[in-house]
Amino acid sequence: MRTLIRWLALIPFVGMLIGPVVHNHVHPLILGMPFPLGWITVWVVLTAIVMAIVYALDPTNREEDAP
Amino acid sequence: MSPALILIGLAALGALVLGMVARKGRDMGLEQWTVGGRGFGWVFVFLLLAGEIYTTFTFLGASGFAYGLGAPAYYIIAYGSLAYVIAYFLLPPIWTYAKRHRLHSQPDFFVRKYDSRALGALVSVVDLVALIPYLVLQLTGLGIIVQAAGYGAIPKDAAIWVGAAIVTAYVMVSGIRGSAWTAVVKDILILGVVLFLGLYLPIHLYGGIGAMFEKIATAKPGFLVFRPSGMSVAWFVSTVLLTALGFFMWPHSFAACYTARDARVFRRNAIVLPIYQLILLFVFFVGFAAVLAVPGLKGAATNLALFKLVTQQFSPAVVGIIGAAGVFTALVPGSLIAMTAATLLAKNLVGLARPNASDDQTVALAKWLVPVIMLVAVYFTLTGSSTIVTMLLVGYSYVTQLFPTVVASLMRRNPVTAAGAFAGILAGVVVTTVLTFTHATIGNLAPGLPEVIRDLNVGIIALGVNVVVLVVVSALTRSRVLPMEAG
Repeated sequence: MRTLIRWLALIPFVGMLIGPVVHNHVHPLILGMPFPLGWITVWVVLTAIVMAIVYALDPTNREEDAP
Repeated sequence: MSPALILIGLAALGALVLGMVARKGRDMGLEQWTVGGRGFGWVFVFLLLAGEIYTTFTFLGASGFAYGLGAPAYYIIAYGSLAYVIAYFLLPPIWTYAKRHRLHSQPDFFVRKYDSRALGALVSVVDLVALIPYLVLQLTGLGIIVQAAGYGAIPKDAAIWVGAAIVTAYVMVSGIRGSAWTAVVKDILILGVVLFLGLYLPIHLYGGIGAMFEKIATAKPGFLVFRPSGMSVAWFVSTVLLTALGFFMWPHSFAACYTARDARVFRRNAIVLPIYQLILLFVFFVGFAAVLAVPGLKGAATNLALFKLVTQQFSPAVVGIIGAAGVFTALVPGSLIAMTAATLLAKNLVGLARPNASDDQTVALAKWLVPVIMLVAVYFTLTGSSTIVTMLLVGYSYVTQLFPTVVASLMRRNPVTAAGAFAGILAGVVVTTVLTFTHATIGNLAPGLPEVIRDLNVGIIALGVNVVVLVVVSALTRSRVLPMEAG
């Protein structure tokens, strides 16, 4: 489980940085923003979602639930 | 007296009162003053960690960065979010260790982990050299805001003195609790102001966010994407990675994590803080809106982009509210930095000369060092030396040099020795200094390399040298103690 979590945590790094590498152009606009900025914005939200999944899977958080 | 100035004055007074009452009859010993008795829940820790994002640098600097350079500013949003992913794994073990050994400052961590007061002193010096320019920048920002929002009625110097006095007063009285409480007000204000400006200005001036970017793309081709060379995509990727590593190495952020009640606080915050980072998007929108609305600002004047546009578009009352929010963005980080600097100075540098000082003696000294540090910062702010700007750029690279040593110390068997840590950090700092003051880039150091490598952030060299020295010196100093360990 802990290994899986580490791999999951790598996803935001790859996702966030790959967009501008592959497509460094203004169009298509994402949510009205230039492509690189829109891409980063979408990945900020996805980062939060990935971290929520990591939090839910991480056994450490359950261990500490005990008083 | 203009309504803008009255509002800014009220905000400053409010910050002072709030900071003063935050102690609520608590006995302000070292444990309460520096780390709030290690009892902060996730909201306070959230605000202290987020306080780092919304400084005057972001308020003025991020909008100015977007205004002046365009696309390269995007990196600010990317690195913050990734820094919290690192924090999910990094901060809980640091917090656990700090609680067990009752640590109060970042150098304390090194002193304990490596059993070396000399290493603690080196880290303190690196911290101070990075912190003072950061504090100067907050005061400079405060001066700009009060001057711009007060339409020049209050001289910049007077505003800087008053701001410094307010920070000094409430830090001395209530320590980190004062910072946490003023952070609550600051974040509510800044959230409202930034969301409003970032949506209103593009819609009012251009008819929408998409329309605004279309107009800028036509007027300034290439401005909204990374450059073919220099601030290219390779620069973006390497800068995001480097700054994400350095993010929590800032001594005030590092020590702010000591305040948490439990380790889960950080893991939960790793989910929420990236989203909070998106508020910077609206700061960018203001900067971009200014590109075609108030063109022609150059160099340091780009920091005025936000206020130039705001004073052009709004009535003095609205300008006052925005100015008040701006004043808070200077006071909260300013107070955290002043307190952190005073603590590590009292404990880890003066503490070298009197190793048997009690907690009460240390905190008494630290409190009286706050005005000293603020005076030094005011001096540099008023003299406005240009080396300060360079030093600030170096500050981030300096604290990043602590990262390898911190990570190594969290391993089950730390491969790094105290001598290795000392040599690595020192080497990294020296290389950073040389590279910065000679304005070196990888491109002009090794022009034969492909563009992708030439554009990499030059900080990678310093970090690389640091790691190599760290490994070599550790190997050399370790071999002598190995036989004993084997037994």
